Formats: sequence, structure tokens, C-alpha cells
Amino acid sequence: MELEIDIIDIRKLVNTIKMVYGFDFGEYALSSFKRRLARIIEVYKFDNMADLIEKVRVDKPFYELFLKEVTVNTTEMFRDPSMWKKLKETVFPVVKDYSTIRIWHSACSTGEEVYSMAIALKEAGLYEKARIFASDINEDVIAKALEGKYPARNMELNGFNYEKFEGKLKLNHYFKSTGDYVFMDQDLLRNVTFRKFDLVQGDQTMRFDIILCRNVLIYFNLPLQDQIVGKFAKCTSQGGFLALGSKETIAWCKSVDNYNTFSLEEKIYQRK
Amino acid sequence: MSNYKAVVIGGSAGSFPLVVKILSSLPKNYPFPVFLALHRLKHIRNGFVEALSLKSNIPVIEPHDKEVIKPGIAYLAPSNYHMYVELGNTIALSTEDMVKYSRPSIDLTFDTASYIYKDKMVGVIVSGANTDGAEGIKRSKERGAFTIAQNPDEATIKTMPDAAIKAAEMDKILSIDEICKFLVSIAN
Ligand SMILES: C[S@@+](CC[C@H](N)C(=O)[O-])C[C@H]1O[C@@H](n2cnc3c(N)ncnc32)[C@H](O)[C@@H]1O
Repeated sequence: MELEIDIIDIRKLVNTIKMVYGFDFGEYALSSFKRRLARIIEVYKFDNMADLIEKVRVDKPFYELFLKEVTVNTTEMFRDPSMWKKLKETVFPVVKDYSTIRIWHSACSTGEEVYSMAIALKEAGLYEKARIFASDINEDVIAKALEGKYPARNMELNGFNYEKFEGKLKLNHYFKSTGDYVFMDQDLLRNVTFRKFDLVQGDQTMRFDIILCRNVLIYFNLPLQDQIVGKFAKCTSQGGFLALGSKETIAWCKSVDNYNTFSLEEKIYQRK
Repeated sequence: MSNYKAVVIGGSAGSFPLVVKILSSLPKNYPFPVFLALHRLKHIRNGFVEALSLKSNIPVIEPHDKEVIKPGIAYLAPSNYHMYVELGNTIALSTEDMVKYSRPSIDLTFDTASYIYKDKMVGVIVSGANTDGAEGIKRSKERGAFTIAQNPDEATIKTMPDAAIKAAEMDKILSIDEICKFLVSIAN
């Protein structure tokens, strides 16, 4: 197991970053943040936290790298297939007659979620009227999402999820395999726009009918979750949807009153 | 009552009937939270918590992220998430990479729980086919936790308790019946 990190050193690091770069990690959930720091210390061979703090302080490019390394980017296509099924069977029918369906993947990571949405929309005959915005704080994962190149070994799980979602075809209809990698059909991105966006500091000016914010709030403490869900409430159309990860909830957020619970099991909320 | 504050149980292959037995022997209103870090069928979200609940005397739930920890409840690490004990008496979930091919990881639940509870924690490792949990219980021991391994001779699959015993000197090595008795005794 990795080296034990003192909470006092974590505070020092957080304060340094806040002072020098204006970004506040103070509201990140401690256990996972601590583990990410331990990993960075190991991978970049620092002797201790003091060295890491100093490097981050004086070396801006390293700080940019640090930001990327701190984020957790694990993702899957059709993660929680039952959520995607719910989306297809109960959310799509609500929005199907809209002239455009505006969708925001607010923490898209390497793009698996975006391709899943594009596939689900295509199969529902709704892709043409969809405008999909996909963002993440980490530019490297956005670049990967755009490329749509995934390790072939991930496709077993992705395919398994797609089957449970009860997709119309086989997942391999949507990609080409070449050895160790597969390449997603780029036509799926025709109506997708990617951009870098920070959920903590960014201000969203567009409005959306469906917002996905899955498995990123878990890395924040409750006050920060509350603040971000509050921002979502402002940029969701009336009757629009917010979908969280299967174990995330807005129950403890102030803006809970702005939403009806559309699916408790799948954590889909509907804007009043 | 003893001055313990939490019980953490780790198990994998072969652990299901053991955990059922433990949960059915604990009294209602058990004075501590019980954290269950158990390996589970990958990507099968439903069924496990229900199966564990059937004979349990205390509620078994899969917590939400940042759920407040309460005594007398068993918290089962949800499918595809690591379960951490977080500062401020809450649970945090994470989708970080698998550790020892496992998510949930037993090591990580033990590590974060012992960081918070230190010598107020009882950690138990039961049957399992890999070495997950060994590092976690070692850390727990270093932080003063009371550590128990199921007697490997009795475990359905002994790799996991064996690894725990190798990693750190357990405070006790017990049969499952003795583990149940011990966990009940610390509530009195
Ligand atoms: C675990 S991934 C979730 C991916 C996908 N939504 C899913 O559920 O599979 C979390 C993502 O959140 C991003 N993230 C972390 N902090 C962020 C922030 N402040 N603003 C926007 N994205 C952020 C990370 O870069 C990472 O790609």
C-alpha cells in the first residue's frame, strides 16, 4: 500500500495551490484526494509531500499535469445499463417531440458516456435532433474522447453493458477493430461538441434538456456538491432531466426542491 | 460496553454464508456501524443486499456517497465502487481503478476506516480466494485496531485469512462461531 500522507501536508498543498493558482481543492473528498496524491508521489518519484508541494508551487506545467493526474477518469460505455434503459424507455419519450434535444455530459472523461448516448439516440431515431455538449476539466481525456480509440480489452465489458441495455444491434456495429484497439464510428460525433469546462468555477450559459453528471460529485464534499447541483438547476429547462451516478443523490442538496425524483433507483431527477 | 466504534468485515469467495451468520447473530440495535467490504459479482447491482438482509437482525444498506454513518446499520460496499470511511462521520464512494483486481477493494475500506477509527475499530477477515484485505488489515493493526482472522482451517477458501495472518500478527484467529460471539460480546 502507498505511503501514508499527513493531513497537515495535504492542507499545506491545498493552500499553496489556492494561493498560487486560485484553484480550491479544499472541498474535494479527502480519502480519494489523499490516494491520488499518494499515487502521484509514487509515479513521479517524489521523496515526500514537501517536495511535491514545492514542485507544484514553482512549476506551472507540472501543476497542469498534477491537475490531470488528480482526476479519476475511469468510465465505461453504458455504465449501469439499467440507467440507460430507463433513459431510453422513460426519458426519451418525454423529449422526443422537442425540436432540438440539448444534452450535456458535464464530466465526460474519455467519452464512453458520449458514444453511449449517441448510440442510444440513434437507435431511438432521435440523433438528428440532438445537440450534445460534452465537457470535462481534463483536456487529455477530451482528446481521447474525440479520437474514439479504445483498448480492445475494454470492449467485452462495454458489449456486456450494451446487451443489458438491450441495444438493437451488436455493439461492434459501431466500431472497427484493429488489433489491440477499436475505433468508434466518427459519425456518432456529428452532433457532438467537446470543450474543457470546470464544474467548480465555470458558468454555464446554455440550457439543457438532459444533463448527465455521473460519478464526479463523489469526489467532492457536500457543500461543493450542493453548489454544483445548484448551478445545474439554473441551466436545466423546465421538465429537463439530471442524471447522476447510481450511488449519488441530491437528497442533501438545497436545490432538491427544484426537482422531482423521476427515478429513485437510477438517480434521474426532473426539473420542476 | 467496550469502547469500540466500528466493525469492518472483509471477505470474498466463500464468505457469503459466514457474513449471513454474523449478521443474524448480532443483536438488533447493535451499537456500532458494521462495514462490509465483500467482493461481489462484477456489474451485478441487484440482489446482494437483499440476500444479506434476509436473515440479518440489523438493516443492511448500500450507502449513497456522503451518507452519514449510524450505529446499528451494516453498510455494504456497492457494486463497482470502493467504499471509504470519510472524515465527518460519512461514507465516500469512489470509482478509482481496481486494487488487486477488485472494486470494491477490501484493502481500501480497511485503510480508510482504520484511519478514522484507529484503536476503536475491530477488523475481521474471513474466507476468500485472493490476498485483498491483507494490506488493509496490516495498516489497521498498525493504527491500533483489534484484528481478527477467520481460522484458515475452517474457511471455505483460506487464501485470504492466510494472507492476513502472514501480513500482520492478528490479535485473534477464530472460528466463525467464535467471531460471532466476540462481535456480540463487545456490544455488552
Ligand atoms: C470517474 S469519471 C466519470 C465519467 C463518466 N461520467 C462516468 O460516469 O462513467 C470523473 C470525471 O470527472 C472529471 N472532473 C473532475 N473534476 C471536475 C471538474 N471540477 N469539472 C469538470 N470535470 C471534472 C474528471 O476529469 C473525470 O473525467
